[in-house]
Amino acid sequence: MKSGDIPRTVPRQSATFDPYTMSEIRRAAATGIYDIRGGGAKRSVPHFDDLLFLGASISRYPLEGYREKCATNVTLGTRFASKPIELDIPITIAGMSFGSLSAQAKEALGRGATIAGTSTTTGDGGMTPEERGHSKKLVYQYLPSRYGMNPADLRKADAIEVVVGQGAKPGGGGMLLGQKISDRVAEMRTLPKGIDQRSACRHPDWTGPDDLEIKIQELREITGWEKPIFIKIGATRPYYDVALAVKSGADVVVLDGMQGGTAATQDVFIEHVGIPILSAIRPAVQSLQDLGMHRKVQLVVSGGIRNGADVAKALAMGADAVSIGTAALVALGDNDPKYEKEYQELGSTAGAYDDWHEGQDPAGITTQNPDLSARLDPVAAGRRLANYLAVLTLEAQTIARACGKSHVRNLEPEDLVALTVEAAAMARVPLAGTSWIPGATTF
Amino acid sequence: MNEVDLNETSVRDFNGQLHALDEQSNALAWRALNPAGRHCLAVGLDAPCEVTIAGHAGYYCAGMNSQATVVVEGNAGVGCAENMMSGHVHVKGDVSQSAGATAHGGLLVVDGNASARCGISMKGIDIVVKGSIGPMSAFMAQAGRLVVLGDAGDALGDSIYEAQIFVRGDVKGLGADCVEKVMRDEHALALRELLKAANVDDSISPEEFRRFGSSRSLYNFHVDNAGAY
Ligand SMILES: Cc1cc2nc3c(=O)[nH]c(=O)nc-3n(C[C@H](O)[C@H](O)[C@H](O)COP(=O)(O)O)c2cc1C
Repeated sequence: MKSGDIPRTVPRQSATFDPYTMSEIRRAAATGIYDIRGGGAKRSVPHFDDLLFLGASISRYPLEGYREKCATNVTLGTRFASKPIELDIPITIAGMSFGSLSAQAKEALGRGATIAGTSTTTGDGGMTPEERGHSKKLVYQYLPSRYGMNPADLRKADAIEVVVGQGAKPGGGGMLLGQKISDRVAEMRTLPKGIDQRSACRHPDWTGPDDLEIKIQELREITGWEKPIFIKIGATRPYYDVALAVKSGADVVVLDGMQGGTAATQDVFIEHVGIPILSAIRPAVQSLQDLGMHRKVQLVVSGGIRNGADVAKALAMGADAVSIGTAALVALGDNDPKYEKEYQELGSTAGAYDDWHEGQDPAGITTQNPDLSARLDPVAAGRRLANYLAVLTLEAQTIARACGKSHVRNLEPEDLVALTVEAAAMARVPLAGTSWIPGATTF
Repeated sequence: MNEVDLNETSVRDFNGQLHALDEQSNALAWRALNPAGRHCLAVGLDAPCEVTIAGHAGYYCAGMNSQATVVVEGNAGVGCAENMMSGHVHVKGDVSQSAGATAHGGLLVVDGNASARCGISMKGIDIVVKGSIGPMSAFMAQAGRLVVLGDAGDALGDSIYEAQIFVRGDVKGLGADCVEKVMRDEHALALRELLKAANVDDSISPEEFRRFGSSRSLYNFHVDNAGAY
């Protein structure tokens, strides 16, 4: 055969060295610096999609949709605080800093949450008057950096969240690159303008649960024992961390899984440290149950919550509420295809844009550029968020009624099955069609 | 003078009484007896009162102070005057770790020594330690001044931003990005004022101190600095 006649194999891309991986190697070789980006883990990990609800039939009976009541309210902070926070829906807005987000975006989050009867949260950078003014219930984050932290704002808060870690980067501190350190951000954080800022990953004045207990006492003393104290942890060793948070005196534990968003973190951190929220909820609940504290210390979970089914599944596994970050930004307008041309100019595409640290967000959300941030109308964006929260709530109620529950909180693991062996093991519910819970029952 | 015996009054009640004060209150001088190392004494004050702790204080004494003067006649534990906004805290003994951590303003004077991480993440406070300070002090210090009459431990001013450090004795070692800087007249002048405010003996002059601060070389990421991060 002439060489030209020999059939050739089609070009084959390596599964190991796939195009993304190779592009990352070239990027690293060109710059000498790790890739920093926003958002959460992008790879596929076991998630709520791997669970199903069984619904009711003959052995259980459902409630009538829209007619029979299915309540959604939740109270956070019943353990020690004299003023717990009452929410109409079990979905809160997670802590996202002014600095990472524009003032308009923070205001929109406050507006949307307030219409929906829920709380929003400050972030690594302090409290802005806009978000305080527009948030009926505002949780004040107390972070290792203590940027902008002051007792006057602490007293203005409805609850205080001591941030130990975040799901996107358990064990890591925040980052805010120079492009986003505007005059206002620099002033609030007491930093020089334009520097690449890395926040501390450990608190400066306590280490370990014994110190944390005294730190919480201090926060309570300063605020007259009124405000619920949350402790936020990234999902790593949830059984032990939740127990230590309870021991330290938390009213509420916030547990954030690896899919949870971040404003700016090393990609290697986002994708390789921490565990999926699906695998973290049951050990956390078990920990509370073993201490006799389930429902006394409330559990709020986050990391990749997108729809009412995710909300219902998290509650069925024993959480008291969920928290959303990324989905809330999308509801405001993040990654909207209407800006496709501009995403392309930034070397990305709608849906994949994650260079939030660069501060050039066409949607005006993850930026401090006044021209870009002016594109976001806080009133209209707040309305979109409120609508979205209403849909999450309706969806969770739909599922709860189908399972015969008059309160979404009454959903339980018994309502769930898993589609995969992995999810069954992690969520500790049976593989669909079997009674097998890997690690708990024999096949 | 109001006297409170902490063997009889709880920390909660003591702090509650102090929180009820404002500039119009007619009893602004307080003395707490038998503190016995209790935690969270005189935290979150926000009135121009004067509170004396007649003994040793535990963690976070005078934490988040605004306006008030707090004097500790003994030693103070971790996080003394942490996140102070304004006012004056004076510890006559030694202080433990993280004294003046993250504080935005006011003056903290320690007559004795301060342990590790003194002035960590400080954001504008002035701290004067008449003895020596432990390692990792002024870590990530953003603004304000840390003055040490004695020696400083290892890794002083690691990852420091715009805070200034003045040390009269030996420095065991400097942290990443912290360098010795020239002490110009304006620095000596400001330091003299600060020493005066802290009631430091006149015989000690600013010329005896060396000044340290940020070389600002790590302010923006650069591949050749990777080893320093
Ligand atoms: C833009 C952005 C900024 C964030 N900033 C903070 C922060 O300042 N403090 C914090 O504890 N978590 C921060 N987070 C994490 C969120 O609080 C939350 O844990 C996470 O977004 C939840 O996961 P989800 O994004 O999948 O809903 C941030 C997240 C995003 C997307």
